[in-house]
Amino acid sequence: MAVKDIKQDGPPRTVPIQSATFSNPINAEIRRAAATGIYDIRGGGAKRKVPHFDDLLFLGASMSRYPLEGYRERCDTSVTLGTRFAKKPITLDIPVTIAGMSFGALSGRAKEALGRGASEAGTSTTTGDGGMTPEERGHSKTLVYQYLPSRYGMNPDDLRKADAIEVVVGQGAKPGGGGMLLGQKISDRVADMRNLPKGIDQRSACRHPDWTGPDDLEIKILELREITAWEKPIYVKVGGTRPYYDTALAVKAGADVVVLDGMQGGTAATQDVFIEHVGLPTLACIRPAVQALQDLGVHREVQLIVSGGIRTGADVAKAMALGADAVAIGTAALIALGDNDPKWEAEYQALGTTTGAYDDWHEGRDPAGITTQDPELQMRLDPVDAGRRLRNYLKVMTLEAQTIARACGHNSLHNLEPEDLCALTMEAAAMARVPLAGTEWWPGKPGTGF
Amino acid sequence: MQTYDLEAEGLRGLNSALQAQTAETNQTSWEIVNPRGSHAVAVGLDAPIEVTVKGSTGYYTAGMNKQATIHVEGSAGPGVAENMMSGIVVIDGDASQYAGATGHGGTLVIKGNASSRCGISMKGIDIVVHGNVGHMSAFMAQSGNLVVCGDAGDALGDSIYEARLFVRGSVKSLGADCIEKEMRPEHIEILRDLLEKGGCDAKPEEFKRYGSARQLYNFKIDNAY
Repeated sequence: MAVKDIKQDGPPRTVPIQSATFSNPINAEIRRAAATGIYDIRGGGAKRKVPHFDDLLFLGASMSRYPLEGYRERCDTSVTLGTRFAKKPITLDIPVTIAGMSFGALSGRAKEALGRGASEAGTSTTTGDGGMTPEERGHSKTLVYQYLPSRYGMNPDDLRKADAIEVVVGQGAKPGGGGMLLGQKISDRVADMRNLPKGIDQRSACRHPDWTGPDDLEIKILELREITAWEKPIYVKVGGTRPYYDTALAVKAGADVVVLDGMQGGTAATQDVFIEHVGLPTLACIRPAVQALQDLGVHREVQLIVSGGIRTGADVAKAMALGADAVAIGTAALIALGDNDPKWEAEYQALGTTTGAYDDWHEGRDPAGITTQDPELQMRLDPVDAGRRLRNYLKVMTLEAQTIARACGHNSLHNLEPEDLCALTMEAAAMARVPLAGTEWWPGKPGTGF
Repeated sequence: MQTYDLEAEGLRGLNSALQAQTAETNQTSWEIVNPRGSHAVAVGLDAPIEVTVKGSTGYYTAGMNKQATIHVEGSAGPGVAENMMSGIVVIDGDASQYAGATGHGGTLVIKGNASSRCGISMKGIDIVVHGNVGHMSAFMAQSGNLVVCGDAGDALGDSIYEARLFVRGSVKSLGADCIEKEMRPEHIEILRDLLEKGGCDAKPEEFKRYGSARQLYNFKIDNAY
């Protein structure tokens, strides 16, 4: 857009220029911090633009590849998790799972909707900090029980009711940080489940209380297996920071499944500075993790679930082409339920925000009735309708991923491979270790001298 | 009396046998020989049986125990009785780090000393330590009682919630938001009962009580460290 000359009286002078460093949003945050003395807390994942799956393209079939007919020829989507040690691995119809989100952060009706939608689509849901609710167990055909540092609500009965156990070391939104559930969301039921008084800010510890490193974790996993008769697949979830070593150490500790969560992965509440400045983009995590699995000779024997910014079937296919066995979605699942829906725009405006930007999930005033414990607000979410929307969304993602896989000549999503991809940017090429579009080269490619 | 040779017969068989016991079992008394520091001994039990371990154990002994009475005739490694729900666990010797971590109920008695982080994140368990406890004990302790007949190390009760701490000896330092509190008659009675359950002949009047100042319950910038 051409900038019109500013009509000036007198001699020419410099037009006002906004600082790229001290931008209006930055200045507003400085003023907010100066006025309140408190850092900004919010939900969701990183909002800054980082290299992502959008920076990759599939090459599709050509002279050297033979495509499969869409809708007609088989393209398998199922995935089995926990084949390494568990007596009862779980098999999902689709490779898109629902990430851990707590009752407390979410309403009971939202958890029910997640269970309904996931079960109808043939996949799993995951508990969160605060334990397992009967509604969640009842509506989730396959339920993964998180084993978190806080151990809120942890008990051996629920452990045995679970279909798999996920030991949470960290998450992408805040690797190295604990969680928080602010007092305004602590209802009687939430307080009771967590053995804490109503209305206080509940902190979830940043590290586990009874183990400190991978050697201890190996013994902890032994204990969990002994308590559950070696039946349950045991996942280890890490935030994306040092994916090669974290994956290798999780394997060493005895994990059946490694869950790797990049910085776009959401949280119910933490400091904005944490979300935006700690951790790696999801795209940068996958290849090092796969490399670790391959170096240890356990790629596919120990399954890899990737999460953090998965939105479409294309994202699913790209993550799997890079070596993941499955993906997990959190934020996208909430949007499918109705989070940030434009129909609540007037209420978002009243809260000082707008559709698509609402992230004050910790305040418990969610107009969509999802991230709240308010009795009236949560009634806005119909768990049957919301569950149906989630099911539809999961089905669409799966169909999209199948469409791409067939176009690349694969009869299973798990046959997607890095050779199906190219990158649009140097950064994405380096992170995904696939060629820059139109070349055979990527930064760091062995033997290229870069 | 059922006798199980852990070295000869293996851990899986032991825990499987113990976990199979129910309230109606006739096999109410078990003796485990040759534990030799094994990890995860007698975990996940859920029956009113008595288990005696003839020697010392490794990590997570009696983890997530419900109902059972488990007696270790030796010392226990890290995380003994972690996340215990109910029942009684007695350690004749010392206990390593994280004893009684996140325990929801039941009673843990340590006749020797306990290392650091004893009672970390406890959620209702009662812990009676005849000797001393190490640093950061009762960190983020939510509820229940920790009784220390000896001394406590640095940062006792850091970030404590509603748990009660009773210490007879010295406290090297208190953690964030932990303060000494008045010992009222009801606390004397609670402590008397705990000492009796723990087989300790100390007098309740010799103890001081510590608990939360409740200044960290809701975030205030002036309380941040």
